Amino acid sequence: MAYNLIGKDFTPMDVEAKVTGRAKYAEDFRADNMVFCKTLTSPIPHAKIKSIDTSAALKIKGVIGVLTADDVPQFPPPALPILAKDEVFYVGDPILAIAAESEELCADAIEAIKIDFEQLPHVVDPLESLFPGGPNARTAGNVAAGQIKLQTVKWDAADFAAAGDAKMPMGRAAEEWAYGDVDAGFKNAKVTIEETFVTGTYSHNCMETRSTFAYWQGGKCFLHGSNQSHTAAIANIARYIDIPPENLVFIAEYCGGGFGSKIPGYPNMAIAALMSKKINRPVMHRITRTDEYGIGAARPGFQGYIKMGFRADGKLLAADMYLVQESGPHATAGDFRAAGNALTMMYQPDACKFRSVPVLTNTVPMGAHRGPGENQFAALVEPMFDKAAKQLNIDRIAIRRINAPDNNGKIGKDRGPLTSAFQKEALDKAGVMFKWAERKKASGQKTGNKVTGIGIGQGYHSAGTNGFDGLLRITSDGKLHVHTGIGNLGTYSHSATARVAADLMNCEWENVVIERGDTRKGLPFNSPQAGSLSASTQSRTMYAAAMDMKDKLTDIAAKTHGGQPADYVLGKEKVVHKSDASKSLSFQQAAEKAIALGGKYSGKEVPEDLNAITKQSVAMIAGSGLIAAAKDNMPRVGVTPGLSVSMAEIELDLETGKFEIKDMICVADCGTVLHPLGLGHQISGGNVMGIGMVMERHIYDPKLGIPASVGFHQGKLPTYLDVPVEVGWGAVEKPDPQNPIGVKGVGEPVLGSGAAAITSAIADALGGHLFNRTPVTPDMIINHLAGRPPAHKPLQVNTV
Amino acid sequence: MIVKDMMSQFDLFQPTQLKDALGILDSYGKDAWKMAGGYDSLVWFKERIKQPKAVVDLSAIQEMHGIKETADGVEIGALTSLTTVEHDPVIKAKYRLLSDAVAKVASPQIRNAGTIGGNASQDARCLYYRYGLPCYRAGGNTCFADTPEGINREHALFESDRCVAVSPSDGAPALVALDAKFVLKSSGGERVIGTEEFFIGPKVDITHLTSTKPEEILTAIRIPKTWANANFYFEKVADRNTWDFPLVNVAAAIRIANGTVQDSRIACGGVSAVPRRLTQVEQILKGQPVNEQTAKIAGQSASRGARPLNYNGFKIPLMENLVMRAVRDAKA
Repeated sequence: MAYNLIGKDFTPMDVEAKVTGRAKYAEDFRADNMVFCKTLTSPIPHAKIKSIDTSAALKIKGVIGVLTADDVPQFPPPALPILAKDEVFYVGDPILAIAAESEELCADAIEAIKIDFEQLPHVVDPLESLFPGGPNARTAGNVAAGQIKLQTVKWDAADFAAAGDAKMPMGRAAEEWAYGDVDAGFKNAKVTIEETFVTGTYSHNCMETRSTFAYWQGGKCFLHGSNQSHTAAIANIARYIDIPPENLVFIAEYCGGGFGSKIPGYPNMAIAALMSKKINRPVMHRITRTDEYGIGAARPGFQGYIKMGFRADGKLLAADMYLVQESGPHATAGDFRAAGNALTMMYQPDACKFRSVPVLTNTVPMGAHRGPGENQFAALVEPMFDKAAKQLNIDRIAIRRINAPDNNGKIGKDRGPLTSAFQKEALDKAGVMFKWAERKKASGQKTGNKVTGIGIGQGYHSAGTNGFDGLLRITSDGKLHVHTGIGNLGTYSHSATARVAADLMNCEWENVVIERGDTRKGLPFNSPQAGSLSASTQSRTMYAAAMDMKDKLTDIAAKTHGGQPADYVLGKEKVVHKSDASKSLSFQQAAEKAIALGGKYSGKEVPEDLNAITKQSVAMIAGSGLIAAAKDNMPRVGVTPGLSVSMAEIELDLETGKFEIKDMICVADCGTVLHPLGLGHQISGGNVMGIGMVMERHIYDPKLGIPASVGFHQGKLPTYLDVPVEVGWGAVEKPDPQNPIGVKGVGEPVLGSGAAAITSAIADALGGHLFNRTPVTPDMIINHLAGRPPAHKPLQVNTV
Repeated sequence: MIVKDMMSQFDLFQPTQLKDALGILDSYGKDAWKMAGGYDSLVWFKERIKQPKAVVDLSAIQEMHGIKETADGVEIGALTSLTTVEHDPVIKAKYRLLSDAVAKVASPQIRNAGTIGGNASQDARCLYYRYGLPCYRAGGNTCFADTPEGINREHALFESDRCVAVSPSDGAPALVALDAKFVLKSSGGERVIGTEEFFIGPKVDITHLTSTKPEEILTAIRIPKTWANANFYFEKVADRNTWDFPLVNVAAAIRIANGTVQDSRIACGGVSAVPRRLTQVEQILKGQPVNEQTAKIAGQSASRGARPLNYNGFKIPLMENLVMRAVRDAKA
């Protein structure tokens, strides 16, 4: 089908709003009688709270109230709490909130509060916690994750002794699986690669800190927040505030970065809401950069081991991976599972074994960061493929191509199907774009004190699902309102996917109104804006609604002009008889008819299978036009994978350890491209964040448990001068057969392939030396070049 | 943490006359804090670690702004912005080393508001000190960085005496290489001191990196014409290519005649509490031909006496390479 809008560039409405400053974020709102609140956070990495005395603080003029753990809903540990109760788990852990007429008064009041702590042993290194007698991050245990209940796991001293300093000790796993005959695979391998590695943790560093503004009116909580998802987050946010979802009005039009840390709402949002309820005044809870470092999540780290056995032609016969995950103190991190999954997906090993232990630490709570688990895995393992290629004497694209998933590829321990995969095509296209055959000759070439490194990286993340509700409305001014509840992470997919509806409805883009960002607009239950889901999931959701709209339009036309609905087709913003052009209805006329007809046409009746939130939203707009509300019940079997390939050329200065990225490209396998500029923007941003994975860090003093990487400059985010001016990009553009538009998502894999292209290039510049660690910092490179031992021990974490 | 990112109350003074500023300092004594661009001060205040009663914002004192050529060289008002210093035609024409150095400070935005005096006077960035821990530099009696597990990647190789923090300035080594003089005024008068007296290490005063007294204001920095139009080299290596402190930097002023080194002044930053003047390297270079061999020996000699800590051993080869490059690549 030829599209008018899909596949074409457009300027999203956000852009002007953001550039002019008209875009309002949570902290931009004010209300009469508003107060501010700030939190008191723990100065100690692990302690019991013995007593809290707020009396002096409450005496300060202008201090209005205090909120402690006793005032908020509790969630069974080790879930992330709203405020710490009885035990604090990291420096920065919020303990209570103070509301006052000004933020200065809040801070003064906080300093007047007396807290009696009983300090407990803390741990920032997961392996230390697994060592017999080692400290536990929580008094109740040191291992937990979703579906792994909080428990204490200690390995044997013999496990550590057997490994020595340089190899990952491997004791009892908390979770493991295997398929195929791994031993046979290794036996038949021509080349075996065995590596111990560490992936560093680092903060999400969202530019917009997660401030919240809340007030109550008519029994409802009005909450202005910073979040990735919209309607998908309602139930969760309501749960944190302890109200039924229908009593939450959630306003979140713009989000200044989430990267996975603001998906389903988060407990901290409830502080403003609950404080406001308690003191009966609107509350603005502005989150500072220091606050954000604590509660803003971080990518979990791995201490890991991997063994891979390759056949002579490069086929991966067997893989065995063990991951110890640094999780923070709560059961919030599932990266370890995703990394195991990525191993099966990206490289399709014939046989595979996976073991893991998610260990709790007294560091900031960790959670999904763009491509959680898959991307750290890619950055570390891709250069190992280069090592295997060198030992096998085969081309570095070839070794990836032979293992790359295609439409017959399988995923996971159960070897499930894929909806499509064109990674071989992506590798080929990237190779052409990058002029691989020529470029690879520059590997290791020296010019003066500089050496060239050429890198390849691959990324994967699942990128589409289904089962959500679409909602469209044509009003009597002839406009098509696209009601979208996916949120606004900054990808503009709210508009890109609205164009699917507009195209299917044969509607001009100028006549489309996008209803989003405020539950009062009547938003349907849509997928979370996360997991590279939106483009694909919302496209098919829009398709479902558009089909419903088409049915209703042709119904109404038949009712008006006679004949059967099948006699009618869509024209430009109208419905018209196939063989008699005089029998037509404009959108305007159809809307008026629908209002008159009522029932399902104007939203007075809705399908039973719609989500409760969608039903409420339809009720808000019922009677205001021709309404299409439909669940995407179309089948989808298998995982929908987003895949990408990045390639990079760097020039490394052998005298300073610094490198410059001379060229970088990325090709995505993301199906039909909805919005080319949007794709370019995702790829550029993703690859820059990939560069970030190789630079950014968490640093904790192990003895004191205090963080030394709180701000942007301590965290070492890439600056304009650390990234190439442009990242070239392209797409395979083969449609996914299980999406009506052929779309797959792309947000996450492009970070992984970017990071991996850089780690691969660094190794290439250094003659194939694997640091087996991220970040890769100048001091590591300098020490290596000077023949000095690394400053850190091989498995040391939270250090550089 | 308790609470951060919120300044405490203080009395703010914004005098337009130097003598008024000095008067406020005399009145408030230890309770006063001098502020220029604010890029060091405001961080301390927002962290609630330093909570002075009175802040004296010097920025409105006109006589402390501006660059003028004098009979003896050039005088730079201490409040002159780094961007202004970077682009000044006289500095660029005759003392390019300073222009090259300040061009690498922080970020363009910070250079627009940060001052040359502030840059030279800036405080250490040791993470423990900046965290507010009661270390030697904070007036306590311990060091957290020089411990078996201390995070001391960015710390000193030389002349540590209980404290291992380094001078984090990019401007300071260039000022040392140019033999700058510092004009310090107080109500009682004026003194002009050289870099050896201005930049101080823990043996002299473990709580300050410069010798400006509480009642004094650094009003100007004078560059003598001794090194005008010499061969210069400045390089900074940091984790990031902008907005970052140096891991190590080098500033060199070298007089070359007939391909031979006549004299030189070379300083490295990021390796000691003061910009480290490489006097031994300067002696080795005297009379030597400018070539790869000389450069290499200069580099290798630069690190003599280094005492690495847990994480900063990489600074040894890095320092050696930077000094080698300075000798090899210095240009007029």
